[in-house]
Amino acid sequence: MKRSWNWTLWIGFFSALAGFLTYPFFTQFPATRDFPWANFLLFGVGGVLLLAGLVRAFGKPKLYRGKIFGSILATLSLLGFCLFAYLIFFELKQVPASTGAPRVGQKAPEFTLPDQNNKPIALADLLSGSKGAVLIFYRGFW
Amino acid sequence: MRSFQQRLSEFDARGLRVVAISVDTPEINQRQCRKLGYTFSLLSDPKAEVIRRYGVLHPGAGPKHEDIARPAEFLVDSTGTVRWVNLTENIAVRARPKEVLKAFEQSRND
Repeated sequence: MKRSWNWTLWIGFFSALAGFLTYPFFTQFPATRDFPWANFLLFGVGGVLLLAGLVRAFGKPKLYRGKIFGSILATLSLLGFCLFAYLIFFELKQVPASTGAPRVGQKAPEFTLPDQNNKPIALADLLSGSKGAVLIFYRGFW
Repeated sequence: MRSFQQRLSEFDARGLRVVAISVDTPEINQRQCRKLGYTFSLLSDPKAEVIRRYGVLHPGAGPKHEDIARPAEFLVDSTGTVRWVNLTENIAVRARPKEVLKAFEQSRND
């Protein structure tokens, strides 16, 4: 008898893979930006399916395939999850304390910098005739 | 920054200017503006001089270990005084436009 294709292993693996790869996609939305719960959900679904698939593969090896490739897919998924968790819970929090930044009530340091059209813009320009300015420092796109 | 672009009219309506500052060159910034539709100014500080002056340097955090800016947001009033600061402890968590607008309304009432 031909053993049946253990599809839960594959769906589980692709769900875990999606959990990893869709991170940039989900950061676009306010609800999933600050904490990537949608990605963890995909990893969770993937983990459950992979586990179910492995139980089938090892429990009923005459009916289901996947002892070897299932183990490989599960290991890859687990490694992907560990890397993802490391990036989210450790790497993203490696931000300097910035104790030297100007505080509320202090003067904002003056500056003049070129904009995207190479036109110099000074803080004084931004403040003249306005109610104030929002300065957003960001890491950049390179 | 996408969220600030989406609500830029609310900043305009209150007379607030929005600018973003990074180590990217004006060429990269122009490309980004075109690609992402940003209409506020992206200011270029490739040597991170202003970034350093504002105390928001993240040393060696660039792709080739360059010094770059850590994410940070400042609200400066028309006299040049800082009225609100946000120094995130997580690179993925940035100030929302709503927070900045709220801080502005509060600082006006002080």
